Amino acid sequence: MSAVCLDQLTLCACVRVKYKITIIIGDFLEVITISINGTVHQFDTPINVTTLIEHMQIGNKRIAIERNGEIVPRGQFNQQMLADGDKLEVVVAVGGG
Amino acid sequence: MSQDNLIIAGKSYSSRLLVGTGKYKDFAETQAAIEASGAEIITIAIRRSNIGQNPNEPNLLDILPPSKYTLLPNTAGCYSADDAVRTLRLARELLDGHSLVKLEVLGDPQSLYPNVVETIAAAKTLVKDGFQVMVYTSDDPIIAKQLEDIGCVAIMPLASLIGSGMGILNPWHLQLIMDRVQVPVIVDAGVGTASDAAIAMELGCHGVLMNTAIAAAQKPVLMAGAMKLAVDAGRAAYLAGRMPKKLYSASPSSPTSGIIASAKK
Repeated sequence: MSAVCLDQLTLCACVRVKYKITIIIGDFLEVITISINGTVHQFDTPINVTTLIEHMQIGNKRIAIERNGEIVPRGQFNQQMLADGDKLEVVVAVGGG
Repeated sequence: MSQDNLIIAGKSYSSRLLVGTGKYKDFAETQAAIEASGAEIITIAIRRSNIGQNPNEPNLLDILPPSKYTLLPNTAGCYSADDAVRTLRLARELLDGHSLVKLEVLGDPQSLYPNVVETIAAAKTLVKDGFQVMVYTSDDPIIAKQLEDIGCVAIMPLASLIGSGMGILNPWHLQLIMDRVQVPVIVDAGVGTASDAAIAMELGCHGVLMNTAIAAAQKPVLMAGAMKLAVDAGRAAYLAGRMPKKLYSASPSSPTSGIIASAKK
C-alpha cells in the first residue's frame, strides 16, 4: 500500500477510537428522565426497578408496575433497567366499590 | 342453607352478599363492616401509589388479606376499554396472578352509567387474556346475553345508579336477564337499604353487591349486619316459593263457614 493510504487507515482508526471514548463518557454523564405516576423524575445513574422502588420508599407495600404500557413482572424488577423517556404507573390496592 | 352456595367460575361461596371497601371512615370501620356483613368476596380499586409520602401508612391489604378474602379488583374510574384492561392487568400482577375481576367501564362522571359498548370491547380482550370477568352492566337483557356469550362468568346489572340508593327500579328487566343467562346474576349498584337487597334476592338474583348502602349508613356496621340478614331472608323466601299475587284476593285465611250470625237485623 502507498504511504498516503496507510496514513488514511491510521486516521480512520484514531477517529473510531476517539468516537468510542466519547460515547462511553457520554453514558456516564447522561441524565435519565422518567415519568412516574405523572411526575417527572431525573436520575444521573442507570437505575433498575428494584432501586427505584427503594428510592421511592414503597418497598414494603404490595405494588404493581406498568412500564410504557407493559406490566413489569415482579421477577423482572432486578433485570429491567429504566431508560430515558420511560413512563411508569406504580399502583396499589385501595378501598373501592 | 349449607348446600345453597353461590358458584362463580367453579368456585363456591357461602355468602351471597358481596361488599365494596370504599367510602368508609377509616380502615377500622372498613374491617368491622365487612366482618359484620359476612361477605367473602370484596371489591378493591387500583390506584397510583402515593410516592414518598408516609411509607409507614397502613395498606388496605394488611387488614383485608387475600388469604382470608376473595379480592375482586374493579375498574372504577375507567371510561375506556383500554384503561379498564390496563387496570386489570396491573391488578392481576398485584394479586399474584389472581384472575377473578370486576369489569366496569363508565359512560359519564355525573351518572356513572356504564358504557356498554366499551364494556363489551373490554370484556372480549380480558376473556381472551385469561381473566374471569364479573361484568357490571346496564339492565339491558340483550347486552347481558352478549356479555355471557363473550365468556363473562357473572353478569352484574345495576338496580339503579351507583351510589344513588334508589333501590330496585326495574325488577322486570332483572327478571328478563335471569331468564336469558345461565351464569350468576348479581345485582350491583343502587341498593340503599335492607329491603332492596331482599327484593333482589326474592326475584331470584344469585347475589347482591353493594358499597354505599353500608358505608354511607349512619351506622355502617349495623347496616352491614342488616344486609346479611336481608340477603339470607330474600334467598330463603325465593327458595320457599312465594304465593301468587292476585288483584282481588277472594281467599281469606280463615274458614268461611261456621261464622256466628250477625246480631243486628
